[in-house]
Amino acid sequence: MDSVTTRVPVKPYIRLPKGSQPPSLYEPYHTTLKRAPLKPLIVVPHTLSETTGPIFGHEKVGEKDNDLTCQHAGEPIGERIIVSGRVLDSNGRPVPNALIEIWQTNSAGRYKHIGDQHPAPLDPNFSGAGRTITDEQGAYQFITIKPGAYPWFNHYNAWRPAHIHFSIFGTAFISRLVTQMYFPGDPLFEYDPIFQSIPDEKARQRLISKFDLETTRSQWAKGFKFDIVLRGPEAIPFES
Amino acid sequence: MRADNDLVPTPSQTVGPFFKIELTTDDHCVRCIADPQARGERMWITFRVLDGDGVPLNDAMLEIWQADSNGKYNHPDDPQQKQVDSGWIGFGRLGTGEDGSCVLETIKPGRVPNGTLQAPHLTVAVFARGMLKQLYTRVYFAGDAANDNDPILHLIAPDRRGTLMAQPDRAHPGHWSFDVRLQGDRETVFFDV
Repeated sequence: MDSVTTRVPVKPYIRLPKGSQPPSLYEPYHTTLKRAPLKPLIVVPHTLSETTGPIFGHEKVGEKDNDLTCQHAGEPIGERIIVSGRVLDSNGRPVPNALIEIWQTNSAGRYKHIGDQHPAPLDPNFSGAGRTITDEQGAYQFITIKPGAYPWFNHYNAWRPAHIHFSIFGTAFISRLVTQMYFPGDPLFEYDPIFQSIPDEKARQRLISKFDLETTRSQWAKGFKFDIVLRGPEAIPFES
Repeated sequence: MRADNDLVPTPSQTVGPFFKIELTTDDHCVRCIADPQARGERMWITFRVLDGDGVPLNDAMLEIWQADSNGKYNHPDDPQQKQVDSGWIGFGRLGTGEDGSCVLETIKPGRVPNGTLQAPHLTVAVFARGMLKQLYTRVYFAGDAANDNDPILHLIAPDRRGTLMAQPDRAHPGHWSFDVRLQGDRETVFFDV
């Protein structure tokens, strides 16, 4: 049956614009030296294997999973913040039912992970992980505390700017995105090879959240906005 | 101009070393992507991820996406007129352990059409500290006659196709192994999708 020709409509996704994504090999980030492929990647057309992907429902998320401040008996120490935004595709359409997962340090810059040996205190009231699903407008919200900066071993006196890790599933396996959200005005940006690995300055700036008075709650928590754009289909398909 | 620019996809950043606190907790791993009632040939694939020195990574994450035994994806954009197998999940997520390996339990996928029928394959995304963005590769099955006519394998130089072939464990039927080599003579073929 190998000669069977089976035509199925596949909607190709956009290709990522040059410079908008970091390269795999970026020498200032030393671990890439042994972990980046050195042979050229093979360009492939998009088949159903690329343009489909996992779909998650609300059953994957608990009611309070998006509030990292209420996972323990007491409140975590630190500056309470509300991080919210929308997930859109590259055609500007909202991406509903997108699973967003986040993880971060506590306010002292320490992850609740056995591998994190930074001598900063753990907070018994903070685990630093949460998840949510976007609504019909692609909107999401997390309540958390502002993470701290922390040292790492990339080079002498290396410090990561404060960040929240984001993992997002879009409509296709190739629109999958794992990234980091930063905070405005961080003095560590210019020294951080992970942030600096993105060649295009404008693309880099997109990872910096914006302070937002509208979502700031009086006497309670500052608001930060972080919108996310995922790869979408090349053209908006006809909808009847 | 400005609106277009705002719709450039958000840049990737590394998953880092500490993703286990969310992405691969016991609750959030998916090590088996076919419920017991799923039809097809059940198999276990042992993955390893190796760096440029051949050292296994104990801090990598693999995400797997595959069609059911009938070549149908569990997704509304799959237009084929057939039902997804009940019991089919199709998405897996595993973290590598201290020895750099992890085991996926699945069903051998069917052939997915794309002009011609593709050979049975899994699509894999690899994440790790030291990787600023995920890498995409595919797992095919050594010895499958359909490999000879697979349109994606045909895009690859013949001497590199072997890097995408899972190898059967002759002593343990149903068990296969697949090494992801990030660099070196036998560097795995990765795709620009």
